[in-house]
Amino acid sequence: MPETTAVAEDRDESQITGKSIRLEGVTKRYPGQSTPAVDGVTLEIPAGQVVMLVGPSGCGKTTTLKMINRLIEPTEGRIVLGDEDVTAIDGDQLRRRIGYVIQAGGLFPHMTVAQNIAIVPKMLGWDAQRIADRTTELLDLVSLDPDTYRDRYPKELSGGQQQRVGVARALAADPPVLLMDEPFGAVDPITRQRLQDELIRIQQELRKTIVIVTHDFDEAVKLGDWIVVFREGAQIVQYDTPERILAEPADEFVESFIGSGAGIKQLALQRVRDVDLKEAITARPGDDAAEVLAKVEKAGHGHVVVLDERDRPLSWPSRRALSRMATIPAEADERTPVIGSGATLNDALDEMLVSNAGAALVTGRRGAFAGVITIEEVMDAIRAVRASASDDLADAPVGTNAGSDDGTGDEVAQDG
Amino acid sequence: MAEALAEPTAADSALRPWRPLLVQVAALLAAGAALVIWLVTADLTAVERETLNPDSLLQLLGQHLWLTAVSTVIVLAIAVPLGVLLTRGPMRRAAGPVLAVANFGQAAPAVGLIVLIAAAPFLPNGFWAAIIALVLYAALPVLGNTMIGIRGVDQRLVEAGRGMGMTARAVLFRIELPLAVPVMLAGVRTALVLLVGTAALASFINGGGLGLLITTGVNLYELRVLVTGAVMTALLALLIDWVGRVVEHVARPKGM
Repeated sequence: MPETTAVAEDRDESQITGKSIRLEGVTKRYPGQSTPAVDGVTLEIPAGQVVMLVGPSGCGKTTTLKMINRLIEPTEGRIVLGDEDVTAIDGDQLRRRIGYVIQAGGLFPHMTVAQNIAIVPKMLGWDAQRIADRTTELLDLVSLDPDTYRDRYPKELSGGQQQRVGVARALAADPPVLLMDEPFGAVDPITRQRLQDELIRIQQELRKTIVIVTHDFDEAVKLGDWIVVFREGAQIVQYDTPERILAEPADEFVESFIGSGAGIKQLALQRVRDVDLKEAITARPGDDAAEVLAKVEKAGHGHVVVLDERDRPLSWPSRRALSRMATIPAEADERTPVIGSGATLNDALDEMLVSNAGAALVTGRRGAFAGVITIEEVMDAIRAVRASASDDLADAPVGTNAGSDDGTGDEVAQDG
Repeated sequence: MAEALAEPTAADSALRPWRPLLVQVAALLAAGAALVIWLVTADLTAVERETLNPDSLLQLLGQHLWLTAVSTVIVLAIAVPLGVLLTRGPMRRAAGPVLAVANFGQAAPAVGLIVLIAAAPFLPNGFWAAIIALVLYAALPVLGNTMIGIRGVDQRLVEAGRGMGMTARAVLFRIELPLAVPVMLAGVRTALVLLVGTAALASFINGGGLGLLITTGVNLYELRVLVTGAVMTALLALLIDWVGRVVEHVARPKGM
């Protein structure tokens, strides 16, 4: 299939497919309201980066997001996508080029997973074969087995699975920009953490420009390359990297928004992939258990990692469990502590404590096993984080309120 | 039922929602058969034989169905687009007054409405007068349920559709209307049952239908004619209700 536009499996990880976004003096006034909902926001969103919009509810962050794809039309200002001014082009055409994900996925209940994903490609006039190929590829990308899930209806999926399909649907036509409005707000904490890890992994692969609205500061720290902190009227209080916002909050408002435990939150800045993973003995279902046990004993390990045909971990039996088996079973063990390589050390620690194993299996691209992380590595990393101050000064993109009355001054944020 | 027993799992769960519908149609067929047997075996007078012969019964039944069908088509052609229109943008403000008028049509006694329209000098008599009255009478459930059905669609889905670049029209036809179908069909079924029952009143203004048996029965004090007309009307209404339920069942969007 040479003409598939897809995200090739072996794409160079550093290749940016996103486009930059620039809001120039964007204002939204609603009739009958004295103060604007969004007041003269000028915001640069660099290509291929994840920018988090955070702030208290009603601060205008969602309005700002929806003005990027013009679901809400700005009263004043310009929106520039890449080098193209999109302020005046047809809104529907614009939105077909920008992925949009809402809370709980927003899947259409009367359409199957495949039909949901096919909506934008169909509007763009793709042929059936290309759409089918793309659907398979996207379901793979979001770690849902295409043959199992393609023809299911949304109500037959869990909340987390629906959200994955929502992401796949937004990526269907390979848009350069992805907008997400509180994407993980409606799922339980464990599922949320998995979905966040998944998004980090997908972003590593695709390098889109992603703008995410959230009210959860921890989520912002975990997912964002950059964080914009808003207060009422979409006043930008600080626009900086998570590291620097945690280390040097611009004022008491940001400080109070970060909440207590900024130190612990620094842990969320370290990813599992940044630490050295330990190797493990692996086995396949159907292998002779005695042989595997011998190998494990020879290596001096306590456990063996059982992988499926696509190298995804199934279970993690101990020596004792091995000695009771004749052959390695093919069933997946739900209690196996598994964590994505994009997960933070915070999450890794959580997973280890919950699973009681003091260690967790790390998976890389498409859920393939990458190594084992133990509690010792996490402790080392905590020490390292505490030692190094946040001394790397990245060049922050522009983010100000150049409001109509110009120069209220106190909310200017870059390079704080 | 034998097949269902043979394949308990899949067939059984597929059949379960149909069970009440099967019971309903079986009861209707039994009642219809009982009526026919009673008519055939009863010792009828000459007048009764004249009015209750199969040919004239079928003719009245045909007239009745024609009245119902024509008024249903007109109701659908008016109330569904109007209901959709009243959920769009600025038109939403007109929803209250329009519903009030529709409510008035429904609240007015049907018999009064029919006679009034027939008596009005500038309106037609007979069949079309009956149609106008029936349409006024049955528009409310279709109009109301169309609006309720569309308003009941999760606004986030509408936003998701718009956010993906669907036009307002595409969102209406591919998301809002399909998701509103179950509620809309329930309204149509209610309207149909109302229409079948109310069409019996058309005979007052020379509009024909099974109501003729009832008026004849009352005027000539022919109890059997009266009962036959009443029972046939009732059975027809129940049968239409059954058809409506079957359609609702089949047309319900998959995945809901």
